[in-house]
Order: sequence, then C-alpha cells, then structure tokens
Amino acid sequence: MSVRVTDAAFEPWSQLAEYQREQAGRAAKTGATAVFVGSMRDFNEGDEVSGMFLEHYPGMTEKYLEKISATACTRWDLEDSLIVHRVGELSPGDPIVLVAVWSAHRKAAFEACRWLMEELKAKAPFWKKEQLAKGSRWVEHNTPG
Amino acid sequence: MRVQVRFFAALRERAGTPALEVKVPAGATVAEVWSAATPEESFADNVLAAKNMQYVGFDSPVEEGDEIAFFPPVTGGAG
Repeated sequence: MSVRVTDAAFEPWSQLAEYQREQAGRAAKTGATAVFVGSMRDFNEGDEVSGMFLEHYPGMTEKYLEKISATACTRWDLEDSLIVHRVGELSPGDPIVLVAVWSAHRKAAFEACRWLMEELKAKAPFWKKEQLAKGSRWVEHNTPG
Repeated sequence: MRVQVRFFAALRERAGTPALEVKVPAGATVAEVWSAATPEESFADNVLAAKNMQYVGFDSPVEEGDEIAFFPPVTGGAG
C-alpha cells in the first residue's frame, strides 16, 4: 500500500511499471490489476482552461489517502494499492491522479479502484484553481463521474 | 488557551494569511475558533473543518495547541 503526493510532473505508466518491479514478490498472487488515470482537461463549465494550481494540506492529505487505502483493504480482499496525486502548477494534459489496485480476482480490483477514486474526489484535501483567459477561479465542486 | 489556525484555498485568500494563532476560552469549540479567527466572516455553510488533520464538526471541542484547519469543499482528482 503506497501513497505519494508530488509537486513534480509524473508519468503514470512508468510509475506503475516501477512500482510493479519493486513489488515483484506478490505478482503471482495478483490475477487482477485495475488502474485509473485522471488528467487535466483544457475545458470546464464552458470555459477554456489554460493552466491549473492544485493546493493540498501537507500531512492531512497523505493521512487521508492512507486511511482510504487501508479501508479499501478491509472492504475488499486486496493484495496492494497505489495512489499518486499531483499538486502545484499544471498544464492541460498533465496527469493528475493515478489509482491502481491489485487483487486475486477482477471484481475486487474494479470495485476498490472506483471506490478509492470516488472517496478521493469527495473528501481528500485538494483544491483546484483554474487559469482562464479572463483571470483565475477556484473550482467549487467536482463534476459527477 | 492558544490554538493554531490554518486556512486553505479560497479561504486562505479571503483570510489574507495561511495561518494564525488565536486565543479562545477553555472548553471552546471549533465554531468559536472560526469566529475568533475570522471576525469579518459570517458563519459559512460551505466551510469544512479539521482538527489535528482529521475532519471534525464545528461542535467539536478544542484543546490547547490543537491545529484547526478551515477549508472549502475539496476538488481533487480528475476524470
């Protein structure tokens, strides 16, 4: 179980490959891997978005992500999970979040991956401020999945 | 007693500071910390609170040295 919050641009597929290499010992136990990658859009609520600042609460954000990861492990029979979330200044197309879940079978992996993502969006302390042509604005609510 | 207050995102900008220290009477709640820290603000429905990095309600009691954070609804993730 691993949680990373990073202010540097990250490439989700290479992070995933690196993590899988580190955790090679459990490969034979995991028949299923579910992965979600979310990236920055260049539009929101009818406006073009040219950039974004992502703020977080250092300490609480990591604790919250660790808490939901631990909860997912009790609700489903998981072998492992990985959450990576970007903060700081972003450009359209930049990956924002990676959630990966490993389990013996696909049902647990799909369900836990979706649940982790929804919990993260609902309560993990992150805030987005969008840069528009006419200035900047804080995003006030998440779009429904 | 003294408690540490932190603000994030739009609340940080409105408060004009990321952090400050306030004095509240013994037995005070998070709501009283909010009032002491933001005398200009009315009570906001859309404000979330955390005590020592865990979500709490505004009726939660605080203790000397606690870190109380106030922030708007969260908007992380993507997709």
